[in-house]
Amino acid sequence: MPYEAVIGLEVHVQVKTNTKMFCGCKNEYGGEVNTHVCPVCLGLPGALPTPNEQAIVKTIAAGLMLGCDIAPICKFDRKHYFYPDMPKNYQITQFDLPLCLNGGVLLEKFSFPKDVQKEEQALAGKKVRLTRIHLEEDVAKSFHFEDQSGIDFNRAGTPLMEIVSEADMATPEEAFAYLTTLRQIMVYGDISDADMEKGQMRCDVNVSVRPVGQKEFGTKCELKNLNSISGVRRALQYEIPRQIEVVSKGGIIRQETRRWDDAAGQTFLMRIKENANDYRYFPEPDLLPVRTDCGLKAEAETMIPELPSQKKARFMQTYGLSDYQAEVLAQERPLADYYDEALKTSIQGVLIANYIINDFLATNPDLTNLPIPASHFGELAELVGSAKINSKQAKEVLLEMFSSHQSPLSIVQEKGLEQVTDLAELEIFCDEALAANERSVADYKSGKMGAINALKGYVMKKTKGQANPGVIDEILKRKLI
Amino acid sequence: MSLYQETIASLRRKLTAKEISPTELVQSLLQRIESVDPKVNGYLRVDSEKALAQAKNCDLSKPLGGIPIAIKDNINEKGEECTCASQILVGYQAPYDATVIRKLKEAGAILLGRTNMDEFAMGSSTEHSSFKKTSNPWKLDHIPGGSSGGSAAVVAADEAIASLGSDTGGSIRQPAALCGCVGLKPTYGRVSRYGLVAFASSLDQIGPFTKTVEDSALMLQAIAGQDHYENTSRPVAVPDYTASLQQPVKGLRIGIPKEYFGEGIDHDVADALQKSIAWYQSQGAIIKEISLPHTHAAIAVYYIIATAEASANLARFDGVRYGHRTSTVGDPLTIYRKSRAEGFGPEVKRRIILGTYVLSSGYADAYYNRAQKVRQLLRRDFVTAFQECDVLLTPTSPTPAFKAGEKMNDPLKMYLADICTIAVNLAEVCGISIPCGFSSNQLPIGLQLIGPHFQEGTLFRAAHAYEQAHEWVKRHPQF
Repeated sequence: MPYEAVIGLEVHVQVKTNTKMFCGCKNEYGGEVNTHVCPVCLGLPGALPTPNEQAIVKTIAAGLMLGCDIAPICKFDRKHYFYPDMPKNYQITQFDLPLCLNGGVLLEKFSFPKDVQKEEQALAGKKVRLTRIHLEEDVAKSFHFEDQSGIDFNRAGTPLMEIVSEADMATPEEAFAYLTTLRQIMVYGDISDADMEKGQMRCDVNVSVRPVGQKEFGTKCELKNLNSISGVRRALQYEIPRQIEVVSKGGIIRQETRRWDDAAGQTFLMRIKENANDYRYFPEPDLLPVRTDCGLKAEAETMIPELPSQKKARFMQTYGLSDYQAEVLAQERPLADYYDEALKTSIQGVLIANYIINDFLATNPDLTNLPIPASHFGELAELVGSAKINSKQAKEVLLEMFSSHQSPLSIVQEKGLEQVTDLAELEIFCDEALAANERSVADYKSGKMGAINALKGYVMKKTKGQANPGVIDEILKRKLI
Repeated sequence: MSLYQETIASLRRKLTAKEISPTELVQSLLQRIESVDPKVNGYLRVDSEKALAQAKNCDLSKPLGGIPIAIKDNINEKGEECTCASQILVGYQAPYDATVIRKLKEAGAILLGRTNMDEFAMGSSTEHSSFKKTSNPWKLDHIPGGSSGGSAAVVAADEAIASLGSDTGGSIRQPAALCGCVGLKPTYGRVSRYGLVAFASSLDQIGPFTKTVEDSALMLQAIAGQDHYENTSRPVAVPDYTASLQQPVKGLRIGIPKEYFGEGIDHDVADALQKSIAWYQSQGAIIKEISLPHTHAAIAVYYIIATAEASANLARFDGVRYGHRTSTVGDPLTIYRKSRAEGFGPEVKRRIILGTYVLSSGYADAYYNRAQKVRQLLRRDFVTAFQECDVLLTPTSPTPAFKAGEKMNDPLKMYLADICTIAVNLAEVCGISIPCGFSSNQLPIGLQLIGPHFQEGTLFRAAHAYEQAHEWVKRHPQF
């Protein structure tokens, strides 16, 4: 009997704000332990929360980018459980009135793992529906030593979005594509840096299996300790066959939490969920409900950037890039911004795209801190486009740009690469070429168009390669009529 | 009259006229504390050196410059222990000032010491303090009321010129009535709760104990106002409260809610109240009998909402970061259980268990969620009443102070001590208790005036007129 998997994801994303969710402490990754703390985020007696407007606006912006309905009024609730990393022993979160409802994530071809992008299966175009997005406070971080534990409260109170998907995914690759797209949107909207290694984006996976055709879900397992998007894929690649193996042999899947061990390539039982936790939610009395429809939503709307898919379309339509080029440039916000920046210096879109994709990216630059000003690529494209240098010289300039970070103009001047563009001089060389190559002239006139190359070669030789081939071509053709 | 017996208003006149110095005043109070507090036990801690140092440096140009004030031990004062009269917070030193403390300091007040209370403000007699029993200054074997019993007793016994307390269901007004002083519970959102150790967040409000209504107005003036550290404090302008004192009560519409004058009201209390009503009538006030029809549900609603919120608010006291930690070594759960079992007293435990229960899955709808709905009905009762009345007049407590130990084994009886005050917190309106007589056995009786949201000025107007026409505040307990 064939089985299929049903996958739903709960993704936590730290919101990039100046200060924490309910106090004025810096929201910053790292820092010496327990230095970004105050009575509020330490949960000291008498301290009270005040909501961070920037976090609310960014969460609304995330919801708008994901096509969610924004609640006109939302509120915060207390969720109770005792744990040392939670200083109040309740978490301020949103229970029944979250900021965002519904919406979805459209899976595009390029979001799938590279090795399956070329496969024939119908990958792209699927929409994974979202249930909700709510805003809450992150907990502190525990450290366990040999015979004691320590808690760093720097992270306690960081604004955290929880993005809950419907169980709409069926394969590890779809989960991968979902997370890739979600991450891309978070970074694009400047909602979060969404770095999974830094814990800025964290993912819990719910997965079950069922016979194909069955409507009811099987019993799900929750997977934890997933530290990368590819790790989520690997964990599912292990877990789905494991569950299928159990049920196909007549076994029963218990509702349990399993820990993914990336090194071992397996999931291991953490705990069995016998009965649901009673979190005793109730509305947070220290915080007034928040209206989003008098200003907050409007502010969020002004933050929405051009989304990757829109950017890609613009790159193709306006600058004539190929699907592939546009995709590569649009995928990461810093690169897309970089490309747009380069275009301010030159409108040679395809040339710039070629240089960035084929030459620059080949050097594996750090996208968050690109070493070369974008305008240099524009400058180079201008030099080539206006026939100041030829494409062979452009390659030389690129190499020099990457090593010395100098501007193309100064490199060209320094190396004396500037093409001979003195037309009068070129006319003379062309006349010489015609006179010295009667055979080629005759061949050309009899229809062998390729014969012109010998004439061009002659002129290039005379100019030591510094003439623009296009210009020579033009002069020769005029003279050969 | 000794300096310690005087009011803020009279002392401020003497201080600014340089007739007396703040140091003299503080010394007078410290001597008074030394002689009577061993009997009253209103203070948990008095730091005389610190008080004298403040007296030396205080700015007399400020509205409360040089005035010594006592603070209930659940309000954070930087560098001071803040125990809430609980073993679980023994040794906990506040690392920051509550907003009201910051405001009092800015107003030039001298912080004299920390007063006793029922543990975490849970109780009506201050007998639930884990440290000591406070006596009623008028009869030492009687309770001072609670939970702010220490703050009421020290003002009544002239051991402080004024004090701060907190009122969740009557914890300022009831002890004020029982000790014969003035106690104000401001409108919810009028005074910042930042730095008040929370009992029930949607009901708690800080307010002053004073000897006169005028002093109450001066204190509220200093501590009221929106606070950007406190989301539920409201952006309502703070009026000049002393300006409302001189307005006559002629034409004032006073509602008498019939539900507050039924069964269980002590004969002396009923008598004193009738005389007060007659006085207001004689002054040209319009007396109207009205109804607050959901009053009967107030106690039940209160003990669901307050305990639910308390069960969450007190979860942080777990022995991990501060306060009492068990000496037992074990996993976190063991440390939580042991520390809390050792650190909390029986009344606090009872309320945490009640609150946990009413929020539990399967019970929340029947208890917590239903209580919230009834709370709205109670609130509406008051809003409706205030469409035809300017203030409401009721007893503050159904009886004068009772004997220590009398209700300790009957929590339900103890809960009924707040029957006249609780609905005011649930409706988030303001209330003041002022002395209105003495019982046949010479214990003070209080009358409560209740005003609409943010209309403390009306309370002061009605209360001040009454106070000026009577001699009650001129009496002081004898030791």
